[in-house]
Amino acid sequence: MKSMLNKLVLSAAALSISGSAFAAGAVADEFKWMTFAVFGAIIAVTMGITYWAARTTHTTSEFYAAGRSVSGIQNGWAIAGDYLSAASFLGIAGLISLYGYDGFMYSVGWLVAYITVLLVIAEPCRNIGKYTMGDILAFRNDPKKTKTVAALSTITVSTFYLTAQMVGGGVLIKTLIGIEYETSIIGVGILMLAYVVFGGMKATTWVQITKAVLLVIASLILVFLVWMPYGFSLPAYLQAVVGDDKVIAQVTKLLGDASVGMTKEELGQRFLEPGLFLKSPIDQISLGMALVLGTAGMPHILMRFFTVPTAQAARTSVIWAMGIIGGFYVLTLFLGTGAAMLVGSAKIASVDAGGNMAGPLLAQFLGGGENSLMGNFMLAFVAAVAFATIVAVVAGLVLAAASAMAHDIYVGVIRGDHATPKEQVVAARVASVIVGIIAITVGILAKGQNVAHLVALAFAVAASSNLPAVFLTLYWKKCNTTGVIAGMVVGALTAIGLVMISPNLTYPKAVIAGANKVLNGEPAIPAKEAQPAKPASSFICELFAMNGCVPSSPAKVASAEKPAKPGAAEKLAGLNAKLQPLEASLPTLTDPVALKAAQDDIAKVKKDIAATEKAKAKAEADLKTFEGQTTSIMGLEKPFFLLKNPGLISIPLGFLMVILGSLFTRDKRAEEMWDELYVRQNTGINAEAATAH
Amino acid sequence: MSNPNINWVAIDTNPKFQALHRKKIFFLWGLMVFSLIYYFLLPIGAAYYQDLFKIKVWGVVNVGILFALSEFIVAWTIAFVYSKKANAEFDAMAQEIINDFKAGA
Repeated sequence: MKSMLNKLVLSAAALSISGSAFAAGAVADEFKWMTFAVFGAIIAVTMGITYWAARTTHTTSEFYAAGRSVSGIQNGWAIAGDYLSAASFLGIAGLISLYGYDGFMYSVGWLVAYITVLLVIAEPCRNIGKYTMGDILAFRNDPKKTKTVAALSTITVSTFYLTAQMVGGGVLIKTLIGIEYETSIIGVGILMLAYVVFGGMKATTWVQITKAVLLVIASLILVFLVWMPYGFSLPAYLQAVVGDDKVIAQVTKLLGDASVGMTKEELGQRFLEPGLFLKSPIDQISLGMALVLGTAGMPHILMRFFTVPTAQAARTSVIWAMGIIGGFYVLTLFLGTGAAMLVGSAKIASVDAGGNMAGPLLAQFLGGGENSLMGNFMLAFVAAVAFATIVAVVAGLVLAAASAMAHDIYVGVIRGDHATPKEQVVAARVASVIVGIIAITVGILAKGQNVAHLVALAFAVAASSNLPAVFLTLYWKKCNTTGVIAGMVVGALTAIGLVMISPNLTYPKAVIAGANKVLNGEPAIPAKEAQPAKPASSFICELFAMNGCVPSSPAKVASAEKPAKPGAAEKLAGLNAKLQPLEASLPTLTDPVALKAAQDDIAKVKKDIAATEKAKAKAEADLKTFEGQTTSIMGLEKPFFLLKNPGLISIPLGFLMVILGSLFTRDKRAEEMWDELYVRQNTGINAEAATAH
Repeated sequence: MSNPNINWVAIDTNPKFQALHRKKIFFLWGLMVFSLIYYFLLPIGAAYYQDLFKIKVWGVVNVGILFALSEFIVAWTIAFVYSKKANAEFDAMAQEIINDFKAGA
């Protein structure tokens, strides 16, 4: 805890002595002022919004639900702003830029998820709910018990998602403009707290709308510039993509041995075909289930439907959100392929291995390149949108977690719904500050941790715990308190448990083996014959690494003998040996053509040396980090559950437990309240009204 | 939360409400099941029917890309169809029930 405090103090100091806090980033030093100007403009606008919103945020309904005065269209934009996190905005464009078709396919589930929201969740929740998911569950079921479980689940899901956003955001800001990780986390945290604490839901909503509009504008400009040279023809544009040498080189690299004997045309076309990234169809179906059912159980998304005046407005807001979100993902097809063609996958991956910089680098290229004013302005703009994205998404999550803490736990359970209106608002603000401080603390503590699994985990818990409980409470007469609690607890614990033993975690043995390969080189590999694809010995073996299981293996083409690869030190010595004669020959060269060729060679070798040194440093750091460790934090040497996404198992289990728990117990209140719940969710009679302003 | 002045059972058993309930359930489940099947066809097709997905139909544009794009069109169409139906029919039926309830109360 003390070191934590020290870190906080240090970072706060770094904020004030700005000069020392900036290391290298994607934006060159001479253009940083521009990035900060755009950042400053965005912060000023959102602070203006907060000031305006704070003047009308006095009651609980205003704090949690913006007085239910948000229009359907506004809420649609806000949902899009809430949902298009940095992971989907930068991540999907990045996946497409590195893996082509598979990245685009990945984006589809994020949109389809809204069909569930539209058809079964949005309108009933608006008609039944007040501020939180706990209110919906408590309508028929025992209020104290269900509110407690719902609040715990909400806080769990929000914290997972929040941590992933904070860590991702900190890394992103560092990569883009070089602000130190801790500084960006604290900056994001303070800014977001200002919106939430002073402006409540109204400020959060308008920050999200602002961000969504900026995101759409930025994407439209980039796609316009990328697509225009091809007369806005889809085949002509994609023809250029698959014919590009950088794209062909990337596919060749991804395919490895399988690329032998393929023509250039086939290699390029492969970029538009499935299978370069997503290898396990079962895992994808599992992810699909978590997305399609999890989005509708995300507390911060559910909460957005309490802000509109009527069920009709809730419907309109989902339609608008689907238009904006879907349209944005179609644009990412162009952003991703455009970045692959114009910037090149190799360069994108060299800045960030996950491809997150595809969009920003594309913007820089389209504006005129690394050293141009316009290129850097475009980069600054996209970076600022990314920053606004993180702040907006985090604000929504904090509000959701704080409402569960203050409204469900404090007011509902501890005070038995007998708190005065003033106490409720104070509780809401205090809870926001607590959640905000937790978010900043966890964000800093998780520095350098592998947090990729946390987003998948948040969706899986929402789909396995929240959705079955909400869905069956709304639509099944026999559903009751025991069922809801059993389903939520088992669903959440199963999802979390499975992820903890899945390939998402870091397994030191694999990391150490990889690092040793880099440092010591690899032995020669003899030629191998082609092998057909083999299924696992049984379906259960596709899911778990059990004794006696033969895992499935994809088809392999025949590969020629591979020579041994040298270790990093040997490789560096070789490169340096190559560099010296080249540099020595420079003064002797008089022919300008030969001189240019020699200079190019030197630049290339120097680049190789830099890359090898980087890989060596990383391998050495990995060895140091994991020295003496053989197991993951769960004590496993390798994953036991083989899917990255637990949804396939945990979602059906969540539903099953709600059903069994309800069938085996009787709950008089749940039965008596059914008529009222069902009539109200369909007609909106007695629904929470909008407050007039 | 419960309002003792309203006879919810009476509204629930009102034939108009039952008609709304049946129409809505049938329509929503139909759309929901269709959208889920159509969505999961994409990962299944991409994994097990790659030869089909690779067929070029419009320049370099292949079946896979068109199918992925069609997912967007289908999702938007479902949203459009639902909102048309809800705005034109469900809302009016619900309003009638509310009017009956207000007249009776």
